[in-house]
Amino acid sequence: MNQEKILKDPYYKSLTRKILLIIIAVSFVPLILVSGIILNRFNVSYHKKQNEHLRELVLKHKQNIDSFLQEKLNSIRFMSKSFSFEKLNDEEFLRNSLASLQMEYGSIFEDLGIVNEKGIQISYAGPFKLENANYSDAQWFKNAIQSDYTISNVFLGLRGAPHFVITARQYRQGIPWVLRATISFSAFNSLVENLRIGKTGFAFILNRNGEYQSKPRVEAVSDKVYSIYNLIVNGRNIKDDVYFSELDDESENKYLLVASLIKNGDWVLICQQEKSDAFSELTNARQITVLIILIDSIVIIITAFLLSRWIVAKIAKTDDEKEMMNQQIIETGKLASLGELAAGIAHEINNPVAIMVEEAGWIHDFMEEEYLSNKENKNELERALLQIKTQGKRCRDITKKLLSFARKTEATIEDVDINEVINDVISFCTQRAKFANVVIRSNLQEKLPILRISHTEIQQVFLNLMNNALDALEKRGGNVILTSMLEANEIVVSVADDGPGIPKANLARIFDPFFTTKPVGKGTGLGLSICYGIIKKMGGIIDVRSVVDAGTTFYVRLPSKRMD
Amino acid sequence: MNTKPNSTEAVRPGSAKQPDSIRLLIVDDEKDFVNVIAKRLSKRNFEVTKAFSGPEALRAIRKADFDIAVIDLKMEEMDGIEVLKILGKMAPELPVIILTGHGSGAALEEAIHYGAVEYLAKPCDFEELFDKIKEVCAKTGGKKNV
Repeated sequence: MNQEKILKDPYYKSLTRKILLIIIAVSFVPLILVSGIILNRFNVSYHKKQNEHLRELVLKHKQNIDSFLQEKLNSIRFMSKSFSFEKLNDEEFLRNSLASLQMEYGSIFEDLGIVNEKGIQISYAGPFKLENANYSDAQWFKNAIQSDYTISNVFLGLRGAPHFVITARQYRQGIPWVLRATISFSAFNSLVENLRIGKTGFAFILNRNGEYQSKPRVEAVSDKVYSIYNLIVNGRNIKDDVYFSELDDESENKYLLVASLIKNGDWVLICQQEKSDAFSELTNARQITVLIILIDSIVIIITAFLLSRWIVAKIAKTDDEKEMMNQQIIETGKLASLGELAAGIAHEINNPVAIMVEEAGWIHDFMEEEYLSNKENKNELERALLQIKTQGKRCRDITKKLLSFARKTEATIEDVDINEVINDVISFCTQRAKFANVVIRSNLQEKLPILRISHTEIQQVFLNLMNNALDALEKRGGNVILTSMLEANEIVVSVADDGPGIPKANLARIFDPFFTTKPVGKGTGLGLSICYGIIKKMGGIIDVRSVVDAGTTFYVRLPSKRMD
Repeated sequence: MNTKPNSTEAVRPGSAKQPDSIRLLIVDDEKDFVNVIAKRLSKRNFEVTKAFSGPEALRAIRKADFDIAVIDLKMEEMDGIEVLKILGKMAPELPVIILTGHGSGAALEEAIHYGAVEYLAKPCDFEELFDKIKEVCAKTGGKKNV
């Protein structure tokens, strides 16, 4: 059965589908399960590692910023404690102090000033003209006058540029005064900005009101930034003193925020990074996994498709062979039962035919004695009686053939040289072949083993095959080739003609008794059945191959080691 | 011819018994066959006795002597082999020809084994049967003037 036929057969179609689905299911389930579990574990551990990394970075950065501020605050506090109000109130001394601070820390300190209890800057050293500036309403002053030291939020102030101040409060004769130093925003900002994480990560600082205390490299998560402080501080993602949070912006970008409180909780240091950037490795791994799964899936599907078709083709072939074997068994059984039937019929017919023939003989016996006046009538009667006798003989021949098909007639076993039998058969048929314009040729292998079989039976087989070949060629002439050869332990004899061939529909039935394609009265349909019976009895095989318009070849295979 | 079932009867050649004729017993349950063969053989100077079953044949042999017997193999009441077995003890010198339409190779071999001297398949040529009978009688010393 070819592939097309298999695919059209509903049984094989459904079998193919089932095998396909089973292969796919069996292959996909572990693939997806294993990939899923691995990806999930990788995801979890990567998140853990990434968070840990960010936490480390933020903590370190927080320490840097805190120590920066603390250092500057300590310097100012030291100065306010070490020098008297009168000394610091001397602008010359103040300028020198600023110069030495700037020498120590670079341009981080922008200016220094002494502010009295009323908020008036009574002395100033720095690039701006801020002598006698009134800070009484400034929030930083209000805080500074009430605390020993402060670090203010970033503000624009009188100079109109962002900055923040560090203050230290002292008393002179019970009246407070404040030493203030302005910290350069750009210097502080570059310190904050110093932290770069991945491609999109940056750090910034917010105060309690959600106002920027540093200038972020890019706009932070827009409007939501105002609520970040509360969100982070009150959020649940707290681990030690580092806070984790995630936010979306308008364009659905996801951001990862990692924060820590600095300046005693007044400010919050926030590191913001696009989530896709933070987890780009993970995304890559995911993409590779998906790609592998995809390629694997395609391979599985193609394999399943080809494998299922291959398996079903194998099954179909086996089924076909089984079917053919069943057919052969049925055919053999059919022939055997037909043989039994034929034998039964032959026996039953023998008795009535014998009576008929004998009665005719009896009439003939009388006729020899009786005088019949009309000679013509006598002749006619004798002819009729002879006809009965002839037809009786014909019946006997048929029943004998039937019996021989049923293998119930006697046969003498003797040493037989197959080539001799073939040559005999050829000589029997030469006259007929000449008449039918048929050329008989033979191709016989010499020194074939001698067989212990019935000479008359094997002769009958070849004669039958020869007669059939001549019948087939009778109308138009042609060639008949007889060959004999030894193949393994078999003697193979073939009788080949180049006649019209046997149609496929008839091929399966040619060994059936009474099957004939010859005109009524010409053939009994028993010839090949008898051949079949004889060859089978000898332990051999008779087989036929035929192509319409090309010819027919009969093969007789006989075991050469048969000694019974 | 009027035949009585279950009874043997001799068909005399011509109207009177001829002293040199061969005494032949024909046994077959096919009555029509027995009748016609008996008539034809009688016409050829045989003294024919007909039996339509095995027991009938044995009764006839007990009553009279025969030169030869022609027996069918397959009969309903007692088959030819059984008859041969009994004849082997009862009349071992009686030559028997088997004439049967049912003879398989094995059955014929068995018949030969139990003492049959020849066998013929039905339908046989009457002349063949005639020749066989003559041949057997000649061999076994039966009457020759047929």
